[in-house]
Amino acid sequence: MSLVLIALAIIIIGGLLALAVCKNGSLSTLLGAASTVVGCIIALIPVLQTIYYGDTTIIRLAWNMPYGSFFLKLDPLSAFFLLPIFVLSGLAAIYGREYMMAYRDKKWLGLSWFFFNLLLVSMAFVCLAHNTVLFLISWEVMALSSFFLVAFEYEKEAVRKASWIYMVASYLGTAFLLPMFLIFGSEAGSLDFDGFVQGLSSGEANICFILALVGFGTKAGIMPFHVWLPVAHPAAPSPVSAIMSGVMIKTGIYGLVRTLTFLGMPPLWWGYLLLAIGIISGVLGVLFALAQHDLKRLLAYHSVENIGIILIGLGVGMIGWSSGMPIVAALGFAGALLHVINHALFKGLLFLGAGSVFHGAHNLELDHLGGLIKKMPSTGLFFLIGSVAISGLPPLNGFVSEFVIYIASFSGAMSLNPSSSLSMIGAIAGLALIGGLAAACFTKAFGIVFLGEPRSKDAENARESSPWMTLPMMILAVACIFIGLLGAAVIQVIPPVIGVVLGNPYTGEIRIASNYLFSVTAGSAVFIIFLMAISGLRSFLLSRRSVGSSGTWDCGYAAPDARMQYTASSFAQPIIDLFQFFLRTKKNITMPDSYFLGAARFETHTTDIGRKGIYNPIFKAIGSFFGRMKVVQEGRIHIYVLYVVVTLLILLFWNMR
Amino acid sequence: MQITSFINIILGLLLAPLLLGIINKTKASFAGRTGQPLLQAYYDIIKQLQKGAVYSKTTSWIFRAGPVVGLSAVLVALAIVPVGGIAAPLAFSGDLLLLAYLLGVMRFFTVLAALDTGSSFEGMGASREVLFSAIAEPAFLIGLAAIARETGIMSLSHMLPAAHFFSPEVVLVVASLLVVFLCENARIPFDDPNTHLELTMIHEVMVLDHSGPDFAFILYSSALKLWVLGLVIVGLIFPSPAGSFWPAPVSTAICGLILLAIIVGIIESLMARLRLLRIPQLLVAAGSLSAFAFILILR
Repeated sequence: MSLVLIALAIIIIGGLLALAVCKNGSLSTLLGAASTVVGCIIALIPVLQTIYYGDTTIIRLAWNMPYGSFFLKLDPLSAFFLLPIFVLSGLAAIYGREYMMAYRDKKWLGLSWFFFNLLLVSMAFVCLAHNTVLFLISWEVMALSSFFLVAFEYEKEAVRKASWIYMVASYLGTAFLLPMFLIFGSEAGSLDFDGFVQGLSSGEANICFILALVGFGTKAGIMPFHVWLPVAHPAAPSPVSAIMSGVMIKTGIYGLVRTLTFLGMPPLWWGYLLLAIGIISGVLGVLFALAQHDLKRLLAYHSVENIGIILIGLGVGMIGWSSGMPIVAALGFAGALLHVINHALFKGLLFLGAGSVFHGAHNLELDHLGGLIKKMPSTGLFFLIGSVAISGLPPLNGFVSEFVIYIASFSGAMSLNPSSSLSMIGAIAGLALIGGLAAACFTKAFGIVFLGEPRSKDAENARESSPWMTLPMMILAVACIFIGLLGAAVIQVIPPVIGVVLGNPYTGEIRIASNYLFSVTAGSAVFIIFLMAISGLRSFLLSRRSVGSSGTWDCGYAAPDARMQYTASSFAQPIIDLFQFFLRTKKNITMPDSYFLGAARFETHTTDIGRKGIYNPIFKAIGSFFGRMKVVQEGRIHIYVLYVVVTLLILLFWNMR
Repeated sequence: MQITSFINIILGLLLAPLLLGIINKTKASFAGRTGQPLLQAYYDIIKQLQKGAVYSKTTSWIFRAGPVVGLSAVLVALAIVPVGGIAAPLAFSGDLLLLAYLLGVMRFFTVLAALDTGSSFEGMGASREVLFSAIAEPAFLIGLAAIARETGIMSLSHMLPAAHFFSPEVVLVVASLLVVFLCENARIPFDDPNTHLELTMIHEVMVLDHSGPDFAFILYSSALKLWVLGLVIVGLIFPSPAGSFWPAPVSTAICGLILLAIIVGIIESLMARLRLLRIPQLLVAAGSLSAFAFILILR
């Protein structure tokens, strides 16, 4: 535990030093990045120890705040969420060293590194804090520091708007957390988390659960509270997007799971609710991702989808928990938690890959890119690995966690009572549809960006990024393969973690899943052997034959052109048309109107359903209400004096009553 | 693990292209033609294996990797499905998920190889393929979940023999899986393997640019995919008692596959291709059949 604090101190001191020399771009970048890397490596030691041995360490100091103490606790659940935070932040810092240097002359990089390090420390404190005040302070520091990072390119109007939306959504989320903690605190008489343990009536527990779901769900980006996510993540610089999408939104999941430990045995409908929100977030997240034209925005919507998958796992687990089915409970939670780590790895990888594309080609518009795999071979390979992983395909890590959630749902579908088992069918159908659509979305993203011919000058002149940027991606890609092949071993770390939540580590159930995963590993190993054998056979067959090259078959048309290729929009069009009910994509068509070639235009635009359907009307209603309230603000002094007198009189009569 | 399960894999490797011949013979006899030889698929594969290859200048290593990944994935899938009630070598609880997702890997790389050519035709086929398979996936998995609920088993090798065909639930699941089977294997009414117009194809158009050994791998993988998914359906229709002497259940299963191929041939002779807009509706209907089967089992 003290090692974690030392590491965090190093990171924050590095951030302050970077701030002190903020006008010197290279020096502040060196200080910020180096302190982060050193701090993350030191912090990983106690985190891994805690996960491996399943022990708990605490630090409890007296402080001036009433009702509680300065209370930090490193238990397996915290450590499990800290692991991806430190791994991804360390790698993003190495990557950022090169990426941020491009802005050396335009910005004071020291400021950004200060907020970057502050964000990392505050995320760590969110996971460690065991006292409400400490937790909420870290939570707000986390929101603020990431706000300043999102606003990095504040001279752009769209970025200012994005950071503003992010700020408003963050505060709205916190507004739900305050009453929740007040209920817990007033019931327990203390604001330390230890005092909260399970003393609530069922009505209060229901209210607390809903408040936690909305408050933490806003941070996690569940539908329909996700509106900030697809605007804020693309606006931030890529290493920051990777951290926000990979680990920061997971603090929302951490908060939700931690709250479950205060609430005890859940009623059945909580599980149903989580499952339903998970399916909606997952399916709509991936559909909106398909409709995007910007690579980073597409990835941001995929975060909504993956949070959906995590919630499906949690929902299935909670249904199993309430129905007394240990295997469903244990594997649902295990799959969801594994997906937290897996998503951090592959989403971090993909955002870093997108950043590398931006660094090399200065463009993120899907339909302006193409053919990048020849110009940027390493970025292309790592982006491909990330794409296969996020689509949940074997032999990579995305499949492992989805497989565990599937096994939980199948076990539930086989043995629960009719209504619960039907909900499991919902989970299976949801996961299957999400998986298929995610594969569609990532064949689109990878295929259009990296394959075919370049569609613009930007793509033609692209160049590969330096090893500072490709090395972190390589480490993440190797981690994706590693967890994909060793799922059976990796899942063994889960029992102490779910022990914190469910009160029972369910070692036996996890071992069953581990055995299944071992067979998956066997299948993957056979798959890789076949891959090598068949590619060997192929090169043997072709070695003595003529291998020619020519143009792509074009049905006899003699002058093909890069602009004739299928675009991302056309690739996604059938899916978008089919799900038009949810997406409401607006099309703007100008047909060529004469018999001879004339100008033509085609434009599609997909507005976010949550923003258009929920947030905008609410804010408009609030705005118009306060607009009408303006009547009382006359601006003349004697009117205000009248208000004072009237108020005094009313209070006087109130007292005389 | 039994030696017989490996013999079953070898049977699959040898006999899979025969199914394509049977489908084509059936179609020819309906049309009153002689048709191509029964072993035409073998001839095609052997001929392509002996040729060199031509690659488009646009393509990268992804294009060359596509057929290799596809064949490897479907070979692993072959080790997951049981033949005639004899457990497959790679049988475990949840193997049906690995099967579904291995076919997903195959599709992922076929689609990427198609996009790598930069051709609009292949992009169009790829776009249709990913949409239809995304909707077919839930139908497949819910259908198998229904069988899992009925038998209480999560492994294909043990749940297929344990299902009773003569219950309405299983009939519904078989109907749903048949639709998925036709869709996944690019048969009528989803896709016409013999069409001559690139604009209307789905699967065939994606592999237009492949040649030589790569194309042989693709032909062979699609034959094996037909075999693998066919075995899931046949396993449900002809459940075989455990412990019976090896040749009997296996030859039943192979006769079942031949029968399935004839049925596919008949369907292809009697039906036209559906309009592309109707295809999602048929797949959603298959999904509803699966869900309905599950509800029936809950009774």
